[in-house]
Amino acid sequence: MTTLRSQGIPDADHAVHLLRQMLRVRRLEEKCIELYSAARIRGFLHVYIGEEAVAAGVMEALEPEDAVVATYREHGHALLRGVSAGAILAEMYGHAEGCCRGRGGSMHLFDAATRFYGGNAIVAGGLPLAVGLALADRMAGRQRVTACFFGEGAVAEGEFHESMNLAALWQLPVLFCCENNLYAMGTALGRSESQTDIALKAAGYEIPAWAVDGMDVLAVEEAARRAVDAVRSGGGPHFLELRTYRFRAHSMFDPELYREKSEVARWMERDPISLLQSAMQAAAQLPDKDWAALQADVDAEISTAVGFAENGTPEPVSELSRFVYSDRPDDGSAGGGGPEEQGTTAGKGGAAG
Amino acid sequence: MKTTYREAMRAALRDAMTRDERVFLMGEDVGRYGGSFAVSLGLLEEFGPDRIRDTPLSESGFVGAGIGAALGGMRPVVEIMTVNFSLLALDQIINNAATLLHMSGGQFNVPIVIRMTTGAGRQLGAQHSHSLEGWYAHIPGLRILAPATLADARGMLWTALQDPDPVLIFEHGSLYNVAGELDDDADAVGIDKAAVLREGDAITLITYGGTLPLVLEAAEQLDGEGIDADVIDLRTLRPLDAHTIMDSVARTHRAVVVDEGWRSGSISAEIAARICEQAFFDLDAPVERVCSLEVPVPYAKHLEQAALPSVERVMAAARRAVGAGG
Repeated sequence: MTTLRSQGIPDADHAVHLLRQMLRVRRLEEKCIELYSAARIRGFLHVYIGEEAVAAGVMEALEPEDAVVATYREHGHALLRGVSAGAILAEMYGHAEGCCRGRGGSMHLFDAATRFYGGNAIVAGGLPLAVGLALADRMAGRQRVTACFFGEGAVAEGEFHESMNLAALWQLPVLFCCENNLYAMGTALGRSESQTDIALKAAGYEIPAWAVDGMDVLAVEEAARRAVDAVRSGGGPHFLELRTYRFRAHSMFDPELYREKSEVARWMERDPISLLQSAMQAAAQLPDKDWAALQADVDAEISTAVGFAENGTPEPVSELSRFVYSDRPDDGSAGGGGPEEQGTTAGKGGAAG
Repeated sequence: MKTTYREAMRAALRDAMTRDERVFLMGEDVGRYGGSFAVSLGLLEEFGPDRIRDTPLSESGFVGAGIGAALGGMRPVVEIMTVNFSLLALDQIINNAATLLHMSGGQFNVPIVIRMTTGAGRQLGAQHSHSLEGWYAHIPGLRILAPATLADARGMLWTALQDPDPVLIFEHGSLYNVAGELDDDADAVGIDKAAVLREGDAITLITYGGTLPLVLEAAEQLDGEGIDADVIDLRTLRPLDAHTIMDSVARTHRAVVVDEGWRSGSISAEIAARICEQAFFDLDAPVERVCSLEVPVPYAKHLEQAALPSVERVMAAARRAVGAGG
């Protein structure tokens, strides 16, 4: 398992960048847990701690014009795609400054500017959207890639199989990124799937697929670049099974009765951040002062973001029915159903592209 | 011009595809087969397989792909063969299409049109005879259309495609063969207002879609009995045009709602409730409803016909309402 390019890290500056990206996610998630425990944020909260190398590696391979579809464990994906930590936290606060003006919350982060299409909280529900985004690119003759993240639990859903088939049948530019953290909430993969080799399922749809060490950010990035290049150059959908592990509970309500502490401890020995950090330190590529400065930078970013969220304004209740339907000229003809008929006129909509 | 409901729908599709290159049709057997109900017959030859796109039997997959394509700037028309099969795509329609604009704080609208056949009356049994359009009308974020006339079959699609939000169009299976005259220059129609198709002052008959022909027939026969009925074609089930309903009830003081859906928790219940909320003091009689009996729609013709709204049941309800109260 020891790779990290077999401990020889060719580009130290880039590796530091990856380290920073993973640490930004880690610190954001730790802050989320803290804020949740302090009841500053509510709802369901699913943190990505332990899985940072997956999003960090894949995002490196994407271009700004590409699209990202993610799951309800998506704070890290949003952050690394370019949504500010402040907008993410403000969203969890239910504030107008949140990236969805308080209507989405932790599980539904969206951002048009970075083509970040959620924040999808129905397992496998985002896959057909990714297929459709790719279909639009294909029909419009654009060389864009749609990266779609989902957990291994999604492979049991019909929408997974329908999406695999459609993407392969129509040779659409989708990169499927299966974050295999071994548990669908509390159900171990082996307890829910007759075939546990996930890459094999994709291969069954004639989609090139390979498994990657999801704790090794360099391996993830390398695989993602290879796959994205193939997708972008017209090679049809590609599939990465990223083998990773969730260090924390599924959500804040999970007592973790389904797995042994020793198993968690074993995986934590391959913490993606310490893995890269110690490899770089061993190769004298990360002086202590640089590491300290990097951590201080990230702490400052998160601290500023918390301040931004704390000082935000609650989205006004008077705006509640906005965005049920798009803004349209008020010609007085729509709706008209009486006092309870609201939300027929709203803010600005606008599909990308 | 003499045409049919089916031909009018086809003309609408052809027109939309010609006017806007972002428009494409996707669904099961829309291409080579020519459409399960022959609506898209010939369009594959005209527009090619990219834009008349046959799909596998993957309702959730291709409806979701339509939503994704709409997010990506296209204007997809997704055909689901029948409303019964749309149940396999409920996740995409309700969890995604209807919610994305709001969940994203106004960032992502979903300009998709989803067409499907609805309704009973053709001895197809319970799994091919649902009328669930009223059920979809429960969902905020969707617009629900039910074209019942040739003009609406021809004109609603283009207007629906201009809507920035998801629109579901329900085409009752019994209407495809309806023939009649349509203006040569028939074009897009509004989708915000109900239509008063017949004016009378004794009672308001409110319906939409597949039951419109039988309600018009009932109105004719009631006229012979001296009961002069207003007939309202709702056209759009969400958002409901309550103004047109209340204006009529204010004149007639009586209403019968005719809906092929089941009675409990239905669009007819919603309309009756709104009349009670907004026009209670205009009423001279309780609001009557004529709905399908609350059984899965049976196969045998006599059983099926007994389960569905009929001219006789509409007339009986109207007579009760007129006979009641003042």
